[in-house]
Amino acid sequence: MILSLIEHEDGTPSDVSLQMLTLARDIAEQTDSSLAAIVFDDGDAVTDAVATQGVEDVYSVTHDRLDVYAPEAWAESVDQLVEELDPEAVLAAGTDRGHEVLAHVVARRDLPMAANCTEVDAGDAYEVTRQRWGGSLIEHARFDSGMPVLTTAAHEIAAEPATEAADVTTHDFTPTLDDDDFRVRVSRREESDAEGIPLGEARIVVGGGRGVGSSEDFDQLEELAELLGGTVGSSRAAVNEGWRPHDDQIGLTGAKIAPKLYVACGISGAVQHMVGCKGADNILAINTDPETSIIQKGEYAVIGDLHEVVPALNEAIRNGQ
Amino acid sequence: MEVLACIKRVPDTGSRIVLTEDKQDIDTSNLGFTMSPHEECAVEAAIELTQSHGGTATALTLGPDEATEQVRTALAMQADEAVLLETDGSEWGAIDTAQAIAEHVRNRDEELDLLLFGNESADAGNYQVGVRVAHELDLPCVTGIKSLTVEDGTAIAKREVSGGSEVYEVELPAVISVKEGLNEPRYPSIRSKMAAQRHDVERSEPERTAAVGLEKIRLETPEQSEGSAEILGEGPEAVDNVMEVLSNDLEVL
Repeated sequence: MILSLIEHEDGTPSDVSLQMLTLARDIAEQTDSSLAAIVFDDGDAVTDAVATQGVEDVYSVTHDRLDVYAPEAWAESVDQLVEELDPEAVLAAGTDRGHEVLAHVVARRDLPMAANCTEVDAGDAYEVTRQRWGGSLIEHARFDSGMPVLTTAAHEIAAEPATEAADVTTHDFTPTLDDDDFRVRVSRREESDAEGIPLGEARIVVGGGRGVGSSEDFDQLEELAELLGGTVGSSRAAVNEGWRPHDDQIGLTGAKIAPKLYVACGISGAVQHMVGCKGADNILAINTDPETSIIQKGEYAVIGDLHEVVPALNEAIRNGQ
Repeated sequence: MEVLACIKRVPDTGSRIVLTEDKQDIDTSNLGFTMSPHEECAVEAAIELTQSHGGTATALTLGPDEATEQVRTALAMQADEAVLLETDGSEWGAIDTAQAIAEHVRNRDEELDLLLFGNESADAGNYQVGVRVAHELDLPCVTGIKSLTVEDGTAIAKREVSGGSEVYEVELPAVISVKEGLNEPRYPSIRSKMAAQRHDVERSEPERTAAVGLEKIRLETPEQSEGSAEILGEGPEAVDNVMEVLSNDLEVL
């Protein structure tokens, strides 16, 4: 059995969890194993979505103290399921929670963990292909021994449905948890006052870099994003200049985006920035320098000053609406 | 309060990464080194917390003798003390690194209130050293933190989630791994850089455990897409072509 931790919001599995299931199913096929999922809260709610990915068994974890996220309680629950089910391998999506929960599991079980994997060759020893430097470098590595535990790189694997939807059986699982497992838990949630679509979820992103020149000049990019129904991001250079908050930063240590279109304005395309936007289906670069890196890597480009091109584009879109 | 910020020496790769001939490492012959960006924020947090609550901010790194440069950078930022767990320069994994750090913490004279880590190192991206250290020392641990304050022996830490933040209130001592954006790391002055060069760095040579792990086979640079973008034109005259692409090719209008 290949056991996968599914993250969901009100019964809708996260995109990255569904992407992770593609790799989990690949391992299940290679090892002639079944595919099972661990779901906290309500396993039944995700049944249809995971069935299309080939998941046959859903372990629905419920506990009266698991009303909010608590990393060690989640890890203890996964650990108890691992003990009971003795899976071939354990996977989670490479999210904050996925990394955190599985890191606790491997620390308890004295096992290695491979983060941000994109491929697995489950031969005699498990060989994985994983991302380092946020994806600007690839590592081929081998698990020395023990149960392979890994997370998958976000937006690197397509969430492909299985050839046939599985017939899902849901199993209720109530872990035995004590006070120690709740040393860390979400005390409360604060809503963001930031408006608009979060960068990681946006279908269109308009990014600005050093070439934008000032925080005021980001207004033109804001307008373009609004006209396209998207959101604004920035390079690290623009954050360092104080033109944008860090939350807008796309890159190695910022947001990873996966929009249909990324309009990169005045951005050179440094390695660290490209790591954040390589999930974009299409990049349209607007830049005065035809030799700049992002033009080598993108799909479309306009050679010119963004301060002239973006207002003209905004006007054309407005006139066309 | 006693705060330890754990940092890592990593190659400074603003440009293209070139690998060594045996594909085991990055060729650093033309590169400088730095500390991982998340960890720079961990150092800044340690300094700010001890400046407002009193106590000692210590920067620790595990690495070769040359990694002294990175703890000296932390000293120049106004960290009070620096520790080098000296290795022969070979790459240590998450398990042996965590065990060495935990062993150092157990052997310290002063008990720590807070251990800060970067959420993941820029180079290896293992996402687990902080959690493993917490497990070794039986301390609570929160990861992925972008806001941190301490009040009355409790750390209030916030993690960004879709639409807002999750707030964690964790009793000290605790382990917290942080992300860039937590704060703005200060630039050291020339004077503090010079003072940092004269400051003592505590050294020890950790014993490397024969931990099971993930064995690196080789590194690879991802294939770059050949060719380049379709040039839609120059200046505002290109807008008609852009509109065509947005409407027909991409169907986003």
